[in-house]
Amino acid sequence: MPIKKDFSALRHEFPILEREVRAGIPLVYLDSAATSQKPRRVIQAMNDYYCRTNANIHRGVHTLAEEATSEYEAARVKIKDFINANEAEQIIYTRNTTEAINLVAYSWGRSFLKPGDLVILTEMEHHSNLVPWHILASEKSLRLEFIPVTEEGLLDLAEYQNLLRQSPKLVSFVHMSNVLGTINPAKQIIHMAHEAGALALLDGAQSVPHFPVDVKELDVDFLAASSHKMCGPTGIGFLYGKRRLLESMPPFMGGGDMIKKVYLRSFAPNDLPYKFEAGTPAIAEAIGFGAAIDFLNNVGMDHIFTHEQEITAYAIERLEEIPGVKVLGPSVKSKGGVAAFTLDQIHPHDVAQILDQDGVAVRAGHHCAMPLHQKYNIPASTRASFYLYTDKKEIDIFINSLYKVKKLLS
Amino acid sequence: MDDLYREVIIDRYKNPQYRGTLTPNDISFEDENPLCGDHIRVDLVLDGQGKVSQAAFSGHGCAISQASADLLMESLIGKSLDEIKQLSKEFILDMLGIELGPVRLKCALLALKVVKAGAYGLGESSDSLVE
Repeated sequence: MPIKKDFSALRHEFPILEREVRAGIPLVYLDSAATSQKPRRVIQAMNDYYCRTNANIHRGVHTLAEEATSEYEAARVKIKDFINANEAEQIIYTRNTTEAINLVAYSWGRSFLKPGDLVILTEMEHHSNLVPWHILASEKSLRLEFIPVTEEGLLDLAEYQNLLRQSPKLVSFVHMSNVLGTINPAKQIIHMAHEAGALALLDGAQSVPHFPVDVKELDVDFLAASSHKMCGPTGIGFLYGKRRLLESMPPFMGGGDMIKKVYLRSFAPNDLPYKFEAGTPAIAEAIGFGAAIDFLNNVGMDHIFTHEQEITAYAIERLEEIPGVKVLGPSVKSKGGVAAFTLDQIHPHDVAQILDQDGVAVRAGHHCAMPLHQKYNIPASTRASFYLYTDKKEIDIFINSLYKVKKLLS
Repeated sequence: MDDLYREVIIDRYKNPQYRGTLTPNDISFEDENPLCGDHIRVDLVLDGQGKVSQAAFSGHGCAISQASADLLMESLIGKSLDEIKQLSKEFILDMLGIELGPVRLKCALLALKVVKAGAYGLGESSDSLVE
């Protein structure tokens, strides 16, 4: 058994958690599914880069350019190890998960999908894994089908099996729902896709930050994730892809760094991963992302998941004490650190606003998953989400504040 | 507890005076705030001089948007369409008596946006109507 980590000590690594929202009201940050907070060492790594190393990468021969290049590339290796990929060249830096999914849609999808081809998505997708396919579908006359979500908040795998009979070319799905918290059986879904001759793209925005994700074990073809949800800065994320796929794909954007040779009327694209990385990238952010991965590795992804399971179980138990609260999604055993709920008929904006008075930061709205809310026939929900720095005291403040909301508005 | 949730706002939210629909009506318009899914429909009945004699709103939304709609309906009675077209953001904020950040401002202004789009006879409402 791993030794239990002292998560309360970890809170001190996050300077923002020491701030008060207003005088005497400490911050209770329960919005980590939107973006995580950043530990000191990530902020420091980016600060050091700008104070000591700042230079453009790959082209310069001076000392600073070489240092910047080597730190930028070292972060790529850290990402590769973090998801257990074979080679750093299989990690394409993008701005975020959304851009990584768009890269697959625009590069692979435009080249290899034909009119009438089927792409399977799910009803619990974030807009980032819906809209790129809507755009591509209208451009290429593709068919889109959706794995239904059951009343309990799980994917209907029997219906998925039926859809697979229609010979899809791609199954693109979310590993962990940002609303329901459902952790989907990715390995099984990917295996079933492969059996049917389809590729699989995994949206890892909510999974990669919270539990170990191993691309080899999953045998996934593409994986997308964002740094900012895993203690790193905004503006950087990645796409992992199987090498033969990435090599077969044309560049996504044109510009500097993605070319081998350029002539007035043509160009020869660069090798992986650079053929997908046009223009000066987010260098400081990549280095900050690397520092975030070091931090997560030091804490241990297994420990993080165990801690979040404990916090989530406690939060849901306390939420369900409140009459009129309905928590969305499956039971704790099938979900990650997310608790989206409705409280009587009170509008989530009102809930979030009143919680804010007590320093509690939650998200209100449809969380970029409008179809899922339509499915459950609710206009919006309030979502509390947790990370390695969340503690039970914060959950208690949140619950007490919810009682105030109920008293005021019910 | 919270300046935003002043008594007048809580009261109007819980006990609206102008909630409902009017048929027949002279002007009926509806729209929503895509950010939060708030939806408001406004029905107006005009008298012989072209002034509002009855006003009602329906739909769903947060306390701020619902209270703002209810107070706005009350203030529309007796106004001509030209006067309605002149109504500004400040009119709503004065009526609510609160200060709002950019996100909640949209909630407060939804009803006015709908009313003005109806008064102008526009196909769809626009944020520029309430800037």
